[in-house]
Amino acid sequence: MVGASLAGLSAARSLRKQGYDGRLVVIGEELHRPYDRPPLSKEFLAGILGEAELALESADEDLAAEWLLGVRATGLDHTERAVRLADGREVRADGVVIATGAAARTLPGSEGLAGVHTLRTLDDARALRGELAEGGRLVVIGGGFIGAEVASTARALGLDVTVVEAAPTPLAGPLGEAMGAVVSGLHTDHGVRLLCGAGVKGLSGETRVDAVLLEDGRSIPADIVVVGVGARPCVEWLAGSGIALDNGVKCGADGRTSLAGVVAVGDCANWYDPRTAAHRRVEHWTGARERPDAAVATLLAGGAVEPGAPRPPYFWSDQYGVKIQFAGHAAGADSVTIEAGAADDRDVLAVYRRAGHPVAVLGMNQPRLFTRWRKQIASTTS
Amino acid sequence: MIPACRLEDLPRGEAHRLDVDPPVSVFHTDDGELFAIDDTCTHQDASLADGWLEGCEVECPLHASKFDLRTGAVDSPPAKLPVRTHEVFVEDGMVYVRLSMDAPNLPPCVAARLAGGPA
Ligand SMILES: Cc1cc2nc3c(=O)[nH]c(=O)nc-3n(C[C@H](O)[C@H](O)[C@H](O)COP(=O)(O)OP(=O)(O)OC[C@H]3O[C@@H](n4cnc5c(N)ncnc54)[C@H](O)[C@@H]3O)c2cc1C
Ligand code: FES
Repeated sequence: MVGASLAGLSAARSLRKQGYDGRLVVIGEELHRPYDRPPLSKEFLAGILGEAELALESADEDLAAEWLLGVRATGLDHTERAVRLADGREVRADGVVIATGAAARTLPGSEGLAGVHTLRTLDDARALRGELAEGGRLVVIGGGFIGAEVASTARALGLDVTVVEAAPTPLAGPLGEAMGAVVSGLHTDHGVRLLCGAGVKGLSGETRVDAVLLEDGRSIPADIVVVGVGARPCVEWLAGSGIALDNGVKCGADGRTSLAGVVAVGDCANWYDPRTAAHRRVEHWTGARERPDAAVATLLAGGAVEPGAPRPPYFWSDQYGVKIQFAGHAAGADSVTIEAGAADDRDVLAVYRRAGHPVAVLGMNQPRLFTRWRKQIASTTS
Repeated sequence: MIPACRLEDLPRGEAHRLDVDPPVSVFHTDDGELFAIDDTCTHQDASLADGWLEGCEVECPLHASKFDLRTGAVDSPPAKLPVRTHEVFVEDGMVYVRLSMDAPNLPPCVAARLAGGPA
């Protein structure tokens, strides 16, 4: 197992559950045991959850695994089936699960400037939480989910918050234009400034950031800046291994890669989706939790099992006290209808259809109806 | 012993939430079995009656923890603690629940609210 977070831990659990009783080695670059990332932008950042509560393992859990933590994998040697580590060690294996996740993209030129943060790891969240506690003006670059959650949490802590988004509508990629506008309307509802179509030229400040400079010449004063411009798959360490890479590790519909005995799961893996007949890298909790079951089955069977279709991608986000849930694929839809509630109330259930068939569903504070639609989409699009 | 609902009003695949404190839900599985468990997920504040019922498992509507209706055990994270199970029986077409005497495993936010603290 390379990568000791949700996908790696889920794969280790699946291996044991599916009867593998051999040696299990989990390699992770972070020193921490697997922890949960979603609270890092929500309850943990708000100070409601502590570090102990982030643990993904339960106290009495024992997977009989060897944990090599705080060490980075630097290469995969396929002919030897060995994973090379940064400290010179080498781990040989009969099977390899790649679960190295993703890392936050940064803004070129922002390195070394105090007050500028990205948010991906516990260490990132600790640092940001410390600064938010001091208050001031926060500028979030990027109106995606993580940026929006940070804005929401910081606003609740009493900061003055501005969200800067390059696209005309935030979240238009995952949710479509119409619903992206509804969800991102939460910012203005709660007194957060939302600047759309605003490209960032750079940051100003000597040792500490003091403003975000926009391409249109505006300058937005800032005491703290969070860069939330997406994540890139952590696959550099696989260069030269011969594995097919394409926006992460290129995988079949069950996590198999171009190399026998090697599967990939979680945010680093670009799985083939039979529903849309295309590859798609899903960066959500539920995928990283569920898909390892299928990938491990494939690994143990030596690739001999036929992949079933994984459930449609599902994710949630909590912003300004509103529970946002989404399942399916918005990109292929040709219509969006509001089935319950009202967009203006931010209490809404919207169904995305393609040629009359539901392909995706969005809920805001509608868990019950949402689950029904999610179930229906899973059954009708498989 | 609490009357929950009439059996004919609870079709297979559906759940009925009882307004007790903390709430309890009765599930009627596709195979026709009845189970009662605590309605509140042990991870955060979500109603399991709103969840995804499949076989003898219910999946939480928010973050997809799965609970075994027979035992209350967590089959899939992020929840770590089981929900309580309660006894269910049917008499003259009426579904009744006998509440467990065990302490519930409420999520931190709900436990704080019940204790009168900040939610
Ligand atoms: C702040 C935040 C909030 C989120 N909120 C939500 C949410 O509300 N809903 C939702 O559905 N999803 C959310 N997500 C996404 C979700 O957390 C991810 O999909 C999930 O963590 C993916 O798990 P993973 O194991 O694939 O990757 P990761 O969690 O990224 O873990 C990969 C691990 O591999 C390690 N690693 C990387 N390279 C190497 C190497 N070469 N050698 C050894 N180890 C290596 C990394 O250090 C890391 O620990 C959020 C993510 C973040 C960061
Ligand atoms: S609230 Fe049930 S899994 Fe999170």
